[in-house]
Amino acid sequence: MNAHARSYPRFLLKAVGVSTDGSWVFYTWMTVLTAIMLVGVNAWAHQLAGGMGMTGMSDHVSWGLYIANFAFAVGLAAGGVMMVIPAYLYDDHDMHDVVIVGEILAIAAIIMALGFVTVDIGRPDRLWHMAPLLGRFNWPVSMLTWDVVVLSGYLLLNLHICGYLLYKRFLGERPDKRWYVPFVLLSIVWAVSIHTVTAFLFSGLGGRPFWNTALLAPRFLVSAFVSGPAFIIIALQIIKRLGGVKIPDGPMWTLIKILRVTVFINLFLVLSEIFTEFYTGGSHTASATYLYFGLHGHDALVPWIWTAVVFNVVAAGLLLAGNKERLWFIDLACVLTFIGVWIEKGMGLVVPGFIPSTLHELVEYMPNELEWRIVAGIWALGMMIFTLGIKVAIAVFTNRMQDTAAALPPVPAAEPVALAEEA
Amino acid sequence: MNETSRRTLLKGAGATLGAAAFAKALAPITEWTDDLSMDGFLQKHYKELDRSEMEAVLRRLEAQTLDEYGAQVFIDDVRPTEGVQFGYALNLSACIGCRRCAEACHNENNHDRATNNSYIRVLAIDKGTVDLAFSTTTYDGAVPQRDKYYMPVQCHQCDNAPCIKVCPVEATWKEADGIVVVDYDWCIGCRYCEAACPYHARRFNWSKPEVPADEINPDQAYLSNRMRPQGVMEKCTFCLHRTRKGKLPACLEACPTGSRVFGNLLDPDSEIRQVLEHKRVFVLKEDVGTQPRFFYFFDE
Repeated sequence: MNAHARSYPRFLLKAVGVSTDGSWVFYTWMTVLTAIMLVGVNAWAHQLAGGMGMTGMSDHVSWGLYIANFAFAVGLAAGGVMMVIPAYLYDDHDMHDVVIVGEILAIAAIIMALGFVTVDIGRPDRLWHMAPLLGRFNWPVSMLTWDVVVLSGYLLLNLHICGYLLYKRFLGERPDKRWYVPFVLLSIVWAVSIHTVTAFLFSGLGGRPFWNTALLAPRFLVSAFVSGPAFIIIALQIIKRLGGVKIPDGPMWTLIKILRVTVFINLFLVLSEIFTEFYTGGSHTASATYLYFGLHGHDALVPWIWTAVVFNVVAAGLLLAGNKERLWFIDLACVLTFIGVWIEKGMGLVVPGFIPSTLHELVEYMPNELEWRIVAGIWALGMMIFTLGIKVAIAVFTNRMQDTAAALPPVPAAEPVALAEEA
Repeated sequence: MNETSRRTLLKGAGATLGAAAFAKALAPITEWTDDLSMDGFLQKHYKELDRSEMEAVLRRLEAQTLDEYGAQVFIDDVRPTEGVQFGYALNLSACIGCRRCAEACHNENNHDRATNNSYIRVLAIDKGTVDLAFSTTTYDGAVPQRDKYYMPVQCHQCDNAPCIKVCPVEATWKEADGIVVVDYDWCIGCRYCEAACPYHARRFNWSKPEVPADEINPDQAYLSNRMRPQGVMEKCTFCLHRTRKGKLPACLEACPTGSRVFGNLLDPDSEIRQVLEHKRVFVLKEDVGTQPRFFYFFDE
């Protein structure tokens, strides 16, 4: 125990060291991300001072780009589980070596999701009102409280799993299965829960027929299993090229196989939704009509949704046509479907739920520059967390970041006490 | 060695520069934090404030209104009366769509002047349908039009209110007399209730409401028409600062056609009971199961 009190701070300190060292590509990337975050922070400060009225939202469309990105980010976090399942449930050893990429993505995406909620609420100074015991937490009635519970739980689970595995490796010790396998198995169920609850947040509202469909949770999950693998497939290739590590191709192809299935299930679910809406018709179809074709001359979302449809359909074709020789087909498919799902879940789902309003008023919404800045800032934060997490993981797994006191012959500055106890 | 110390130095400089840049980027926030007080920050939920704490809160809010708006107001914490259950009914045969109720609400409840906010929206609906898809709120010109009938919509004070269910912090609840209220000092502004309400009855304070000092209604209550803070939800409270003291809602008094009927549902002799028992009464969107306290009726 005493040894950990000394070696854990060393682990953190070295992690900071590793995260601030790198090539010029790394420094450029970090500088760009920092600059975007600064722009976002500044925009948020202005929004707090001037009020939410500085955004494009209104009493008619009272959630916009922030909640759209929130829903997507939760999906991205859940999508990482598509690496965890093959690695732990199907004992795919190659996947096991890189599964931490999915877990780090989960951490980064959950932090983004929490960021998107924070910038969406009018009074972030009152967030403590949600704190159990201190405030009044309307659990279990409010789905939003469920979301707070499952999201923070998922964040803690993944922080524990990543932190434990990296720390043990840093010490040069074998991780004890009892300390992480149960948590990994729990995280699989938990990943499903975060996106289910986020879907229930919308589908539980009887006054909004566009969201009030049992298909919403399955759709959310399936599209999460599109966006998550799509992101990781690209990330693995970048890590291989820039990270100076050998990664076997197996895990990437496993993810491509998964994506080839989920992308089609996603299209099928969208088709089912479209059929039910339009074949039934009537006033409850007003939002879907507005989204896909425009209503009474209002058609701001039409280009968005058709972009999503085209991107997802083209991506499905490219995924089938791609192979080892034509990997760029698959890469392009990943980019297209990532954007496609992002539109589908945000501008294509959150926003049209409000148009027309519950009293059938047609007020449109377009995110303004301030909202885009804040959203970009949070994405930059997420990408920074992901990059740094990956960087530390690579350093640990390639033995470049090791506890010198434990693994190497003691250099003059090393602490003999720690060495003795850990050995 | 030299390379390492040069790197450390550069990292230190980078970190300092980064921290300074973040501080600078966050600077506009002070404009907002200047408006916040420690007492306000630590204030407890309405239901947890005892008498003396509530007194202190009311006096602080009065001082704040004087300071920020230049108006001397009186904020009361008026509670429900035992044996009173409020109900409201509206005669669609009589309503002419003049929107005076909406205007009266605007003035009574100290709504933001620039946005012309009100808790009431009046729909002009095509005769021959009850489908709101064939309605508009943006009609103008002379009323009533021959081919329209008019339906004012405000909070229905539902007995099974979706807005109360979804609130993550219990900032909104149903009072003993049936009125659904918001603690403006507890609401976090997530707007989940606004998404949940099937009647679009809730409003958000997208910016700090602005009302000239001489137009501010000084008779206020904590749970109703006091000046609302920026970034929180608000809604119709059946004018509880009036109705709990035996007066009628402002929208009713303003109605030139006598379309509005308000009263105690528990009083068998009340006009509201007469309407519910003898007229063709319906509630809006009965199918969503909200059980409103607001009724519509036809008398022809």
